[in-house]
Amino acid sequence: MSFDREVIQITLLSLQVSGIATTASLLLGLPFGTWLALGDFRGRSFILSIINTGMALPPVVVGLVVAMSLWRSGPLGDLRLIYTPWAIVLAQTIIAAPVVTGLTAAALESLDPRLQQQLLGLGASRIQMILHLWREARLPLLAALMAGFGSVISEVGASMMVGGNIRGQTRVLTTAIVLETSKGEFERALALSALLLILTYLINLALTWIQQRGVKR
Amino acid sequence: MKKFALLFLLLLASCSEAVPENAVILVSTTSTQDSGLLDVLLPAFTLQTGYQVNLIATGSGQALKIAEQGNADIVLLHSPQAELKFMQEGFGLERRPVMHNDFVIVGPSMDPASIRAQPTALAAFEEIFASASTFVSRGDESGTHVKELSLWDQADLDPAGKDWYLETGQGQGATLSIASEKQGYALTDRGTFLAYRSNVDLVILFEGDPILLNVYHVITVNPEKWPHVNLMGAQAFADFVTSSEGQQIIREYGVEEYGQPLFIPFVGSESP
Repeated sequence: MSFDREVIQITLLSLQVSGIATTASLLLGLPFGTWLALGDFRGRSFILSIINTGMALPPVVVGLVVAMSLWRSGPLGDLRLIYTPWAIVLAQTIIAAPVVTGLTAAALESLDPRLQQQLLGLGASRIQMILHLWREARLPLLAALMAGFGSVISEVGASMMVGGNIRGQTRVLTTAIVLETSKGEFERALALSALLLILTYLINLALTWIQQRGVKR
Repeated sequence: MKKFALLFLLLLASCSEAVPENAVILVSTTSTQDSGLLDVLLPAFTLQTGYQVNLIATGSGQALKIAEQGNADIVLLHSPQAELKFMQEGFGLERRPVMHNDFVIVGPSMDPASIRAQPTALAAFEEIFASASTFVSRGDESGTHVKELSLWDQADLDPAGKDWYLETGQGQGATLSIASEKQGYALTDRGTFLAYRSNVDLVILFEGDPILLNVYHVITVNPEKWPHVNLMGAQAFADFVTSSEGQQIIREYGVEEYGQPLFIPFVGSESP
């Protein structure tokens, strides 16, 4: 398969959409997960169980609900977002946010609880304490980020339903693979799959490198 | 750990049920499934012959590839050129016409390109092109997509890459939904449109040109290429859909719900 313009455009769109969605899910999931891990309030286990279920949220279900909301006849129809890249970003954020939240909470809960007391005892403010905990848990936190990115770069159900797989506008790598398969162009489909895997690998390689930097052996 | 192993074995066991002897694998287009015809036709066939039908509904391009690789026993399609190639290459044993319907051009009732008034389908396409009105294409090499491309081609127009020309790469139903949201034109088979009409904000704007005829053929897969195909079942299916009983079901399907048949049975007509 030639590395034509269209493949490059599809690849860049995939990276953009999933990158924005992952960043948004990090902005939501990191504070929320921290709050869940450190908080001590009634219903905490219940919320955690909901979040943990959300980590297994099927992309097609998210796609269906987001699509129905964004249709012109739906409650958010006036935003005119359906079948645009932003619709995919929205759906993917909903898919990735519980993953980041749940794994953030798990990462912070696995720290020694005495660390919090110690930090506060040393006169750290609450913000300083949280920043320190994040740094302490950076390995599992980056793993949370990778898991969030992995869950959206690889999903196809939601992208297909809310994006519409429109050529040049909302076609991403996974929906292009489905299309090439449905056309019987298995070689092109395989080539795009290889491209997707290589990209995912490179991004995870970079994140792993950041993660492992400064780890003492 | 033991419990997990047991659970895993149970899961494995529940998946291992093989395809039964009396199953026929039918590969067909999304349009026959989306229109709902197969939901009526297949149970009647099973009732009469005892064969179960495993249906794979997909675009015509993939449908023929699936059959070429021996993964289907019988094919029900509407992509004449691709079917003839399939026959020539020896993958098909027998090809019989089953039914036809027609393609229609649908779009927003405002009809920005004024195609209602056009005398021919090609003139309608020319108006859409000239006015740069949104047109939503299947873009998936399905029978409908191949038909649409041949219409552009015959009109000597090339819409590829134009910003008003959207290619969805999806089935007919999804493409109609997108056309409705974008308020664009689309070429669709009448059956699928009638089945989707109540869910989309589109109307039929152009119809009736003989160029828009859409013929469905049934093809049995050649056992010389793939000895394991279920030829008996495939022939039973081909016989059933072309029998007077099968043709009667086709003739009546949709009349009650849509006030007109979605497909016209082919008995007595010649293969085009």
